[in-house]
Amino acid sequence: MDNERQNRGQDEPVIKIRDLYKSFGNNDVLKDVNLDLYKGENVVVLGRSGTGKSVLIKIIAGLLTQDTGSVCVLGEDISKLNDKELLELRLKIGFSFQNSALYDSMTVRENLEFPLVRNKKHLKRKEIDDSVERVLQAVGLAQTKNQMPAELSGGQRKRIGIARTLILNPEIMLYDEPTAGLDPITCIEINNLINRVKENFNTSSIIITHDLTCAKATGDRVAMLLEGTFARQGTFDEVFDSNDEKIRSFYNYNFIK
Amino acid sequence: MSVKQAREFIVSKGVDSFFIDLNSAVKFNLRFFKEVFLPPYEGKEIIKQCYEIGWKSLPLISLTGFITGLVFTKQSRPSLAEFGATSWLPSLVAIAIIKALAPLVTALIAAGKVGSNIGAEIGSMRVTEQIDAMEVSAVNPFKFLVVSRVIATTVMIPILMFYTGCVAMLGSYLNVHTNEMTSFVAFFEQAFQKISFLDIFSSLTKAVVYGYTIGIVGCYKGYHASQGTEGVGKAANASVVVSMFLIFVEEILIVQITNSIRG
Repeated sequence: MDNERQNRGQDEPVIKIRDLYKSFGNNDVLKDVNLDLYKGENVVVLGRSGTGKSVLIKIIAGLLTQDTGSVCVLGEDISKLNDKELLELRLKIGFSFQNSALYDSMTVRENLEFPLVRNKKHLKRKEIDDSVERVLQAVGLAQTKNQMPAELSGGQRKRIGIARTLILNPEIMLYDEPTAGLDPITCIEINNLINRVKENFNTSSIIITHDLTCAKATGDRVAMLLEGTFARQGTFDEVFDSNDEKIRSFYNYNFIK
Repeated sequence: MSVKQAREFIVSKGVDSFFIDLNSAVKFNLRFFKEVFLPPYEGKEIIKQCYEIGWKSLPLISLTGFITGLVFTKQSRPSLAEFGATSWLPSLVAIAIIKALAPLVTALIAAGKVGSNIGAEIGSMRVTEQIDAMEVSAVNPFKFLVVSRVIATTVMIPILMFYTGCVAMLGSYLNVHTNEMTSFVAFFEQAFQKISFLDIFSSLTKAVVYGYTIGIVGCYKGYHASQGTEGVGKAANASVVVSMFLIFVEEILIVQITNSIRG
């Protein structure tokens, strides 16, 4: 891992989080969180439910604001951007929601076109159709174009959610629990899709999950979030080569040892 | 309750949250007036919402308007008959319908049907993160969801009010014609004798204000929904209750202003 970082030289991270604190009322959710995401890598943030994983990526996407600390995305400090600058930055960030967050009242095609036609107004009908076709092919669901979200399975909804973010060609992907609530075979398909997205769309990703299989399959690096702070960071094996009881119990529970 | 907890509120939890909510509602209104004039304009969505709010309310509005006119005429007849003044029925009904009933009935029906629909729809989009999804895809959800719906209600409620007035007058005419064999032309000539431009202008103003109220309250309650499906139900319910309350307050204010203009 250190060698990899040396090979990257002095690359500036695409996401740089420093001394991040976030609390809701008296509940300190994130405490002194530090994380770097480098270009072309997948970082998995692992942790139990309620440890602030989703809060972390919502802060990165500018949906929540931190109490203290800094979050720089592609060199821009999120908290210092005005509305217009934040919208421009968000064009470079894809966010895959835990429950997919597809627009219920629109077909799959309309869901995919929605961000495209509003952000790239110069596009002709043919270019829009081609973009829709391209991302549907990328997630392997070209046949669902005219279906409503309610007619799709959980796995298909996740893939369409990912396709909707890919249509804007983001540089960074944020996945919130991409395999939650899916059967093991569909989980493998989603894991493979995450890896294909990284290769084909040249994205850097943060993947929030409590699924160790997903973490192992998709993560170049893993950061273990315990009690609001990163207890360990490194490769999957480095993180779990630990005698810390909490880390061991998380590992053992996931793999039913 | 500990001393520390008690000091968390300036006055009390209820009073504090009322003023916090009021502040948030004022900001929401100001944001609407700021965003309504700024591009991009969601023309297609506005037309879609006009169709949803206007066209789809027609059956309910037609039935309610017709029955209102018919029943009001039927109920007023015995009182006027006592004084031998049944010939005044068209004027009486026109004054009641145009000055009060048409705007109020339309607004109350729309608050129930349209307001709850807007509150529930936007509320469910909030709790299922669809609004967040719009934000992260660099789309302004306020403009797409709120501005389009508020414009649609503000435009469509006056049109619906005009339609309700027409249908109610037809209901009234049917009753008068059945009893007195009054002709269509004679009925409407007499009906509009006592209606001034100020009456019509006042009703139109009411309808515009009611339309805005229904739209903005539904959107506000939906936009700030929380706590899952329970929150969606609460948002829909609050949209109706708050809209109706404000409609009655606005009714009193506009009537007072109109009367003071009339002198």
